[in-house]
Amino acid sequence: MTAYILRRLLLMVPVAFLVTVGVFMLIHLSPGDPALIMLGEDRTPDAIATIHKQLGLDQPLYVQYLIWLGHIVHGDWGRSITTHEPVAQAITERLPATLELGSVALIWSLLVAIPLGTIAAVRRGSLTDQIATGITVAGVSIPNFFIGIVLIFVLSVTLRLFPFGGYVPLTTDPLESLRHVALPAIALGTAGAAINMRFTRSSMIEVLNLDYIRTARAKGASWRRVVFVHALKNALIPVVTIVGLQIGGIIEGAVVTETVFTWPGVGRLAVESIFNRDYTVIQGIVLIAAFSYMVANLLVDLVYGWLDPRISYS
Amino acid sequence: MSNAPAIVAAQTPIRRTPVAVVELLRTHRRVTAAALLVALLFAIALLSPVISPHDPLATNPDNSYQPPLSPGHVLGTDELGRDLFSRVLWGARVSLPVAFVAVAVGLVVGGLIGLVSGYAGGVVDLLLMRLMDALLAFPALILAIAIVAGLGPGIRNAMIAIGIVAVPVYARLVRAVVLQLKQMEFVVATRSLGASPMRLLLAHIVPNLLNPVIVQVSLSAGFAILAEATLSFLGLGAQVPTPDWGQMISVGAAFLTNDPWLAIVPGAAISVTVYAFNLLGDSLRDALDPRLRS
Repeated sequence: MTAYILRRLLLMVPVAFLVTVGVFMLIHLSPGDPALIMLGEDRTPDAIATIHKQLGLDQPLYVQYLIWLGHIVHGDWGRSITTHEPVAQAITERLPATLELGSVALIWSLLVAIPLGTIAAVRRGSLTDQIATGITVAGVSIPNFFIGIVLIFVLSVTLRLFPFGGYVPLTTDPLESLRHVALPAIALGTAGAAINMRFTRSSMIEVLNLDYIRTARAKGASWRRVVFVHALKNALIPVVTIVGLQIGGIIEGAVVTETVFTWPGVGRLAVESIFNRDYTVIQGIVLIAAFSYMVANLLVDLVYGWLDPRISYS
Repeated sequence: MSNAPAIVAAQTPIRRTPVAVVELLRTHRRVTAAALLVALLFAIALLSPVISPHDPLATNPDNSYQPPLSPGHVLGTDELGRDLFSRVLWGARVSLPVAFVAVAVGLVVGGLIGLVSGYAGGVVDLLLMRLMDALLAFPALILAIAIVAGLGPGIRNAMIAIGIVAVPVYARLVRAVVLQLKQMEFVVATRSLGASPMRLLLAHIVPNLLNPVIVQVSLSAGFAILAEATLSFLGLGAQVPTPDWGQMISVGAAFLTNDPWLAIVPGAAISVTVYAFNLLGDSLRDALDPRLRS
């Protein structure tokens, strides 16, 4: 296992290197001179030269990359071009809101997916199963921003059951916080619920056909006990993989949902930064999104092996 | 993009004939229904200049905010008095070509990388696959947004961005199938008979890639439409006054309290279109993968 972890970490090195090159190149792909964007109307040749020197833009590209990487590794992610706030601070300030939204969305998706996926598998081929499969395909087909808008219209504007927009930190008022996070979390978690339900169903079908389930039934265990005690635990192992990747992709999903619900998280910061052409902030967010995705991938592989000792890492 | 199809290479060389396609459609009702729905969407995109009752860009402020089923406007009018039905029909002319181009970019570039990587092996494979791993390390939408942020908003850049996101998916898929096929007897036999690498690839390997690639094309078309709508919703894709579904939802969301149909109609159009492609991919996967046949 240790050798496997080391090998996976070593394999991550070239990928992480290429990811940092990609993120670094973002600022060089963009049209226009960052110094001109930073200076706005106050652009004089001297000021432009000073900014170029400050940002290291007068150096060869590979030197610029190494300087930038050195700063990133030391926690200096630069300053926002528009607000001059340190990028790392801007992201960490907004991260709790995004994590709260992502966590509630994930819990919601699992609360829907596991029971429905299990029922669909147990009643395979029935009308219930067909409806569940139809819902699964629909769940991944409806854009989450559209789900958000429909939820706002029905539950917030028409029925006035939930507030629209606004973030209350969990630590300030847990109940009010949940009321505010409910709609964006449902919008964000629906696609995940559909995917998780599909995984639960197919995995459950596979497990229910195994010999040990037949043995448990033959020994007189009730069907309910067999499904919920014997089968479900093993059936959920593949679901762990996909849930892990969903945790890694929280920032990705949050981009649109946070924009719809004016949620003050990292996703909304990303969109605002794009419109302000605030490339240092965009770089920071893309970097953190890519690395959290990579780490989630690694953890998923490790947890998978821990949950199912039959998996060989040779 | 996560809905990668099960990779199953044929045990024997495939000779796909029109009869086989008709047989597939005849025996698999879900495939037929999904294919008909996709064909209908393409017909709408192609015929929208003929079947649209109004010019999608013609404004008429005196006639704005007409609700659905108003005289002359079956789905009502928007804030500038433009006919919503015509704009939704024309929206298909934006979304479907974007999906087509983006998938083509992903398929051609990714497919070639996968072919070369799988066939050549060794250092070439190692380098190309690390590059693909790096692209896959970015969450798909974040990568698309980052590319559009770099290149600048617009429909052309959105197509490029979505195409780039699809590249590693096709590269990995094609490489995996090529690796399987390389070991198969008919390929080994053809090679030992002296077939050139080019002939081996084009005449024997590429035709056998069709099954998994067809499934992936359908699924990634759905993803491409969803991604394009998302980019346009965020203001990074199609720009006003182009009748684009994502952009129409974005504008319509501001009028949700009094005129919800402005956002709901284009939202339904996106959902139905993506559903059609996902259903096609899903049903094709069930039909073409022998392990999933019951």
